[in-house]
Amino acid sequence: MATAVMTTLDPNSRSATRGMSDLTIRNLFIIPTIVFLIVFNIFPLLYSLGYSFTDFRASSPAAANFVGLQNYRELLNDPFIWSNFAITAKYVIVSVVGQVIVGFGVALLLNRDIPLKGLLTTLLLLPMMLSMAVVGLFWKLLYDPSWGVINYALGLGNFEWLSNPDMALYAVAITDIWMWSPFVMLLSLAGLSAVPKHLYEAAAIDRAGSFYTFFRITLPLVAPILMIAIIFRTMEAFKTFDLAYILTSQPTTEVISIRLYKMAFQEWQTGRSCALAYIVLIMVLAITNIYVKYLNKVKER
Amino acid sequence: MAAVRTSSEIGFNRVAIVAVLLVTIIFLAPIYWIASTAFKPRNLATTIPPTVVFQPEISPFVKLFTKRSQLRSAPTPEEYAAAPWWERVVFDGGEKIVRDGKGQVQWSGYPSRFMNSLIIAITSTVLAVGMGTFTAYGFSRFKVKGEADLLFFILSTRMLPPVVVAIPMFLMYRAVGLNDTHVGLIILYTAFNLSFSVWLMKGFMDEIPKEYEEAALVDGYTRMEAFFKIVLPEAATGIAATAVFCFITAWNEYAFALIMTNRRAQTAPPFIPSQVGSGLPDWTVIASGTFLFLLPVAIFTFLLRNHLLRGMSFGAIRK
Repeated sequence: MATAVMTTLDPNSRSATRGMSDLTIRNLFIIPTIVFLIVFNIFPLLYSLGYSFTDFRASSPAAANFVGLQNYRELLNDPFIWSNFAITAKYVIVSVVGQVIVGFGVALLLNRDIPLKGLLTTLLLLPMMLSMAVVGLFWKLLYDPSWGVINYALGLGNFEWLSNPDMALYAVAITDIWMWSPFVMLLSLAGLSAVPKHLYEAAAIDRAGSFYTFFRITLPLVAPILMIAIIFRTMEAFKTFDLAYILTSQPTTEVISIRLYKMAFQEWQTGRSCALAYIVLIMVLAITNIYVKYLNKVKER
Repeated sequence: MAAVRTSSEIGFNRVAIVAVLLVTIIFLAPIYWIASTAFKPRNLATTIPPTVVFQPEISPFVKLFTKRSQLRSAPTPEEYAAAPWWERVVFDGGEKIVRDGKGQVQWSGYPSRFMNSLIIAITSTVLAVGMGTFTAYGFSRFKVKGEADLLFFILSTRMLPPVVVAIPMFLMYRAVGLNDTHVGLIILYTAFNLSFSVWLMKGFMDEIPKEYEEAALVDGYTRMEAFFKIVLPEAATGIAATAVFCFITAWNEYAFALIMTNRRAQTAPPFIPSQVGSGLPDWTVIASGTFLFLLPVAIFTFLLRNHLLRGMSFGAIRK
């Protein structure tokens, strides 16, 4: 691949001496973005790191007092915060597992010659492009116990979804599954279409059963791309806020983002919420790190 | 595909096609329900059994854009006859349009929120894609020390939960008076989309052969001229796809908008749910507002269909 012609011109070459040097252009193109992101992404985080060691309340004019690690200590010993994390974990598991089953299942069904396949695929992808908050709101009407379409279609009578503490989290997860299964489907389809056809032909010649073909050929070859979908959805589900916040106000659906929002903007415990934000941040960075490493690995193949 | 197909395979294929159609119908049902409720008279929005066939009406859209109040008593026949068609529609629903002292029709909160959404989403998209294109070119063509780490840093800022970022941003914006301003949200959305735009654009830039510019450099172009005259036109499709993705993200964003705005710069996503207060909400009005709000995204999804995979995977997977 790499021949002398194709490598980047070195700064001393003839053409690079005309106009701006490559080095100048590189800096001109990259540095503003990095500076912008530092100012608006990193600086705020340092700002809140500082507040996380104080008892600051944004609602009161009182000055912030330094309290050391007290916020962190109290948060990590607070059973209610742990129950928020437990709710989040349950939500992540239910919704990601649901999305993988539905998304991968539909991808398997779609992975054949179907009339109007392109149109059907695009239509199936529509839910994930829409605003979670706005479409989520409408699921309130769909879930309504008296005139909701869901109860009518399933013949459930006046079954309570969102106002039922045991059911509300599942109802939110179902809406999330509806929105994001298409994402898993999209990635799975890409994985499935990349499986070489001759493998299936060879399996057919060997009279391998469809069960064997699926677990020995299809699944291992689609696994890397499916894994990307799973990590990405796990991360997003962990961060979930819009859907759960809009659909219900049950304590059983108080995922960690909602707790954080309430602590910061309703109870105005600013210092404490900064500490909680940092605990969440560290968790997200850990998952992101895994995700990006995995992305790069898949890219290199 | 294998040349010989058994009859059971063909049978299974038929079953699969029927199943796909069924799944598509189920997935589209909620969207159909929004669209159909947007054209229903109010009394048909919440019925048992649900109303599927009905005479479509435009009244929800009239109500969406106007401020209304309950009618205490029915309008006199003269009043009714003098009213334009859109006011009669509201009378028919047992409400009247609120007018100010000069008889001017009062707008509802919706049009201004919709405009805010447009202004903020478009401006932040232009900024994020503009900066992102330059930066992506820089990363794609030049050696950058610690490139992988920088790219990870760029991406990780987007991965944080919005509320985590919103707490310090709220405090900083409050200090400089940027809360509830268009500029405030535009900056936030630009920062949010910039990382995505760099990642996606870098993929598109990597695909443009370096030889194109190098030929131009040999022909006497400067690097800048080569970038603007050769690279940018080649990257046009990628720029367009990235822009649509950024627009949709900013258009749909809820948490930042909820926290950072309340009236002046409020966008549609926090406004639409706020209409569902206590009591019985008028779902036809909410549906019509939702319908108009979803329409641009639905159109863009069709335009973007060949790039969805790439965009949703941050450029990691290309067809």
